[in-house]
Parts: sequence; structure tokens; C-alpha cells
Amino acid sequence: MRRAADRRAIALQGLGLGLTAAVVWWLARNTSVSLAQRGLTLGFGFLRHPANFEIGDTWWLSFTPADSIGRAIVVGLLNTALVSALGCVLAIAVGFVAGILRLSPNPALRGLVRLGVEIVRNTPLLLLLLFLAASLHALPPPRQALSPLHGVFLSDRGLVLPAVSIGRWTVVFVLLAVVALALRHKLGTRWWIAPAACAAAALVSAILRPPAIAAAHLEGFNFVGGVTLSPELAALLAALVLHQSAHISEVVRGAVLAVPRGQRDAAGALGMSRWQTLRLVVMPVALRAMVPLLATNCVSLIKNSSLAVAIGFPDVVSILNTAGNQTGHSIETMLIMIVVYLSLSLLVAAALGRYNAHLLRTGTAIS
Amino acid sequence: MAACAIAGLAACTTESAPGASTNGSAGGATPTLSAVRARGAVKCGITEGAGFATPDDAGRWRGFDVDFCRAIAVALFNDPDKVQFIPYTQEQRFSGLQSGEVDLLANGTTITSSRALRQSFHFGPIYFYDGQGFLVAKSSKVTKASMLDGATICVQQGTTTELNLTDFARRNKITFHPVVMEDLRAAVSALAGGRCDAISQDGAGLATTRTMLQHPGDYVVLPDRISKEPIAPVVRTGDDAWLEIVNWVFRAPVQAEEYGIDQHNAAQFAQTTDPSIRRFLGLEPGATDGLGLDPQWTLHVIEKVGNYKDIFDRNLGPATPLGIDRGLNKLWTDGGLLYSPPFR
Repeated sequence: MRRAADRRAIALQGLGLGLTAAVVWWLARNTSVSLAQRGLTLGFGFLRHPANFEIGDTWWLSFTPADSIGRAIVVGLLNTALVSALGCVLAIAVGFVAGILRLSPNPALRGLVRLGVEIVRNTPLLLLLLFLAASLHALPPPRQALSPLHGVFLSDRGLVLPAVSIGRWTVVFVLLAVVALALRHKLGTRWWIAPAACAAAALVSAILRPPAIAAAHLEGFNFVGGVTLSPELAALLAALVLHQSAHISEVVRGAVLAVPRGQRDAAGALGMSRWQTLRLVVMPVALRAMVPLLATNCVSLIKNSSLAVAIGFPDVVSILNTAGNQTGHSIETMLIMIVVYLSLSLLVAAALGRYNAHLLRTGTAIS
Repeated sequence: MAACAIAGLAACTTESAPGASTNGSAGGATPTLSAVRARGAVKCGITEGAGFATPDDAGRWRGFDVDFCRAIAVALFNDPDKVQFIPYTQEQRFSGLQSGEVDLLANGTTITSSRALRQSFHFGPIYFYDGQGFLVAKSSKVTKASMLDGATICVQQGTTTELNLTDFARRNKITFHPVVMEDLRAAVSALAGGRCDAISQDGAGLATTRTMLQHPGDYVVLPDRISKEPIAPVVRTGDDAWLEIVNWVFRAPVQAEEYGIDQHNAAQFAQTTDPSIRRFLGLEPGATDGLGLDPQWTLHVIEKVGNYKDIFDRNLGPATPLGIDRGLNKLWTDGGLLYSPPFR
């Protein structure tokens, strides 16, 4: 009886596998036939060709239209990475606060947060994004920019800040000092020597080449100099953080509620305050339930960031679309897109997975 | 997304288009023409856009491209309604033509060498000269494209707009900050909100975009054109006789304007003694006999659709919301580029 069921299961799975393979084979064959018909060939040589298009927002890497398409894609990837990294951190922070506030004994506060969360959670992200982008367009034009501080301008062209240029060696020594601090447990009893030396070196290099501050000024249509945080980046980041933090707040609330009430009561009986109970008793347990879901939320934030193209932020999807359009290599650019998102998502999943494993080893168990 | 693209590509693979294979000799049985005659209607691929192809309140298609499709129907059937319009997006159009779903495209396709060489299409005569330009707010005081140095320019993704814009900036040593939108409406709202100093797209598109703004009068299309966008009908390769029909029907309105024959005075020309006009109108045989059409097809086209000026003024001209200037689309005798080879 059991054997027969097993055999049937194996046969069904084999059939499913065969069908999938057949569909994949059919798709691949049809693609190659139609490509051949149109005289197109697959290949990634076009990545070395000059891009011939301009990119609005660039961070870390400079870009001109004469640079290669490959470099343009890296610029887009950095933009996606920037939005994803900032977005994940901020969404978790905001989500945590909102989730905890949802459990506040104050009914007005609780209700207000609930209202906000429900509105955001039940609105399509694209709508939220377009709404925020349109709201930012309502800021004054550059000539009437708000300038709360010298060198800081807020207008419909974005937030312009003075550019601070710091000597290369100062940055290196500060980073070394941070690394040394992080590794202090491995450095023995005189662990402070290394970070202190690095900090001193950073200070000396900063004195030798003092950090320069260059404020932006209005010239023609726009601000020249300084660092610009574009309204597209701000709108995208705000929409992603709002949307994902609403989801995260529910995760946080659920995880806290999942901690057995007895533990909280026991902490109260020991004379712990509400804050102490939350921090020392509830959170360590709740965190373990949360982390896998936080990872999922971060991954979906990364994927949602591809909506950037709707409001004109040059993320990796936007740039790959343009590159595919101009070179005709749309299959290759889509393959790159798949690889990019798959690796970003797997990277985040792996990192939070490791953190989760670490929590499981050290944390207390839910009984 | 990748999956649909691959599936889409797969879907439009090896089926051979009806009548795409054999060479037809002029006047003989051309596969496309016999298919059209058997069907009793021409199938014309268009792309929706104000002034070029839009259904009116009664659901009847109207527009510049639509009128040229109707001219083909008149030439073949002496009836401007014997045409089926198939609306396409820019991505679908070529596979629609290739698969034989339509007999021709009249949807604003630009002739480019890579399109002509890489794909199995032939382009007919240029019936609209367009070029990429800029739409700016009047309050910006910008009057020519070179004044846009440092400007933020919104463009729609998915065409060669970004390439043309970048080439223009590099050629003129000016800088600009692009904001690339997927949807045109986002670009329009960005221009209205002041996020962008200009929108850049094809001239005809700019005229349409201008009408989408809440206060079109506050915006102006700059006279500069930074690219060449010659618009022509597209047919499949391998049916030369059909290509010739499309060629000469698209030229007839231009020639009619040159002769001063329009929709209203066409009937009076039946008594003309000018030999070249008599040949053009089919009153004397010889000019377009080889096409296998009614000898007086040109007269019918002018009466039922109009000459180039009639078609332009009705759909795009100053009396319409688009208000496009004839510009390069004037006759060669008026300083434009429209020039029909002689009908003789």
C-alpha cells in the first residue's frame, strides 16, 4: 500500500520535472530560433561600449556619457544598494518604534499609530510613491529655496548640503580605529593601544589636511557645488520606509504578543520596570521570532525599490532598461537584473540567517 | 518580467505571415493585395495619440495617421471606411506587422538604418518630418535649446530620446540633469510642479504633451530640433507591388497640394486641360496603371480624404488643440521638405 503510494508520488514528481524541463527547453529553443531569425546574438560585449546616456543621481562613482554601459550598471547598482541599505535600517527602526507604540497602554497613542499603520499598509506602494513624489514637487523652486542654515537649501530640486571633503588618510585611520574597536576582545588586555594610535593618526592627518567645506550656490537653473539629495531619492526612500515599516510594526507587535504573559508577570513580580521588562525579558525572546520575518521584509523592500523608475530615480532596473533599449540586448539586461536581485536577496537572507543562528545559540528558549 | 519577454519573443517566432513569402509583380497577384481584396478591408497598425490616431465620441478613428490609412482604403475600395485599425504599443508594432496581423503600419515609426537593415521591413515615403525638441515653461524665459545649460530635463524611458539628448548636450558642451520617467504622466506632473525645467521628446509628442498640462498656454515648444525623426509607413519585405501601392497612395496627397487640388475644388479639376494634372487624376491613362487600382483613384482620395494640407490642418494644424506648425512639412515649393516624385 505504502510502496504503491510512494511509487505514484515518484512518478508524479518525475512527470512534473519532465514537464518543467520540456517547457524550459521549448522556451530556450524558441528564443534561440527567433534570435537567429532576427540576426541577433547573445553576448555581453556591449557592456564595454560607451553608454551615451546621462545618469541623474550618482553616489560614490562618477559617471559621464562616455563611460561604459558596465559602469552605468554599477552606478545603478550602487543607487539600488544605497536605497536598500538605508531603507532596511530605517524601516526596521521605524517599524520597531511603531510596533512597540501599538502596545502602549495609552489608548490615544495606540489608536493613532494603528490608524497610520492601517492606512499605509492598505495603500498600494506605487500610489504612495507617486503621492510623495508629487508632494515634493510642491516645494519652492530653486530661486526661492528655503535656506534654514548657511549653505543648506531645500527646494523642488532636492536638499542641497555643503560638500565636506575629508583627506583620504583621515578616512583610512578613522576606519582602522573603528575596526580596532570592534575587535577589542581579540586584542588582549592592552586592547586600547591600537584604536588610540589610529585615532591619534587620524587627528594628525586631519590637522595636516583640514577638512574643507564647500557650500553650493545658485547658478542658472540649479545649484552648483555641494551635495544634492534628490527629491526622487527622498520620495523613494520615504515611501519604501513607510510601507515596509508598517509591515514590520505588525511583525514586532505579533512577536512581542507571542511572548508568554507569565514571563512579563514574573518580571513585574521581581520589581522590574516596564522598560526593563521589555528590554531584558520580552525582547530577547521576541527577537528570535522576529528575525526571519525581518529578513523577508528587507528582501521585499529591496525588490520594491525597483519601482524607482516610476518617479525617475536611476536605480539598477531603470539603467538596465535604458541600456537594453539602446543596445537591443534586452535578454542580457534582464538576465543581469535577475542575477542582481537574486544575489542581493540571498545576501540579505544569508546575513540575517547568520544573525538568527547567533540568536538561537545565545538567546533564551521560549518555553 | 524576463519570463514574459522571453515568452513574448517565443510567441512571435516562426509562423510565416500570410502573404509575406512570394514576390508579386506589379499589377499582378500580390499576396497582400489579394488578401486585402478577399477581406474587403485594409488592416492598418496605428498607435494612439492625440491628433494622430484617436477614437472620437462616436468611436470612429480620427487623426493624421488614420487619414493616410483611409487614403489606402479609398484607393482600393473607393470607401474610407473599408479599413480596420489595430492599435499597437511601440513594442508590439513590429511583431504585429511581421506576423501578418496588419498590412501596413502608419503609426509614427521613424526610419533608421538599423530598423531598415536588421528587420525584414520596407519603409514607404516620409509623410511627416519630426525631430526631438523641448517643452519649457514660458516663465523660464528660455527661447532656444542651448540656453538649457544646467537644466533638469524630464524624459520618458523606452525610446532613443535619452541618446539624442545626451548627444546634443555633448555636442554643444552643455550639462543637464536627466530625470528618466517610465510614464509620461509622471514627467508632465514633474514639469508642472517645477521639478523639471523641460520635457524632451519628439516634436509631435510635445504638442500632445502640452495639451496634457493644466495650463497649456503657460508652456511653449522650443523651435530647435535636436534629432531627425522621419516618419514613414512600414510594410513587410517580399511584396514589392504592395509597397508600390503604399508608396504612391502616400505621395498622392502631397502631389495634390502641389497642384492646388483640395477636397473642395477636386470636382472642378475633372474639366482641366493641364496635361500633367489630367494624368495625375487618371483622366488620361498611363501614370499609375501598373498599380492595378481604379484609374481615378487619386481623384477619389482627394475627394474623400483630402490633400496633404487638408489632412494636416484637420488633425494637427493651428485650428486644432495641438497647433503644430507645418515647419519642415511644408511643400518644397514653400521651403519645406515635402516633394513627391512626378506622377507620369
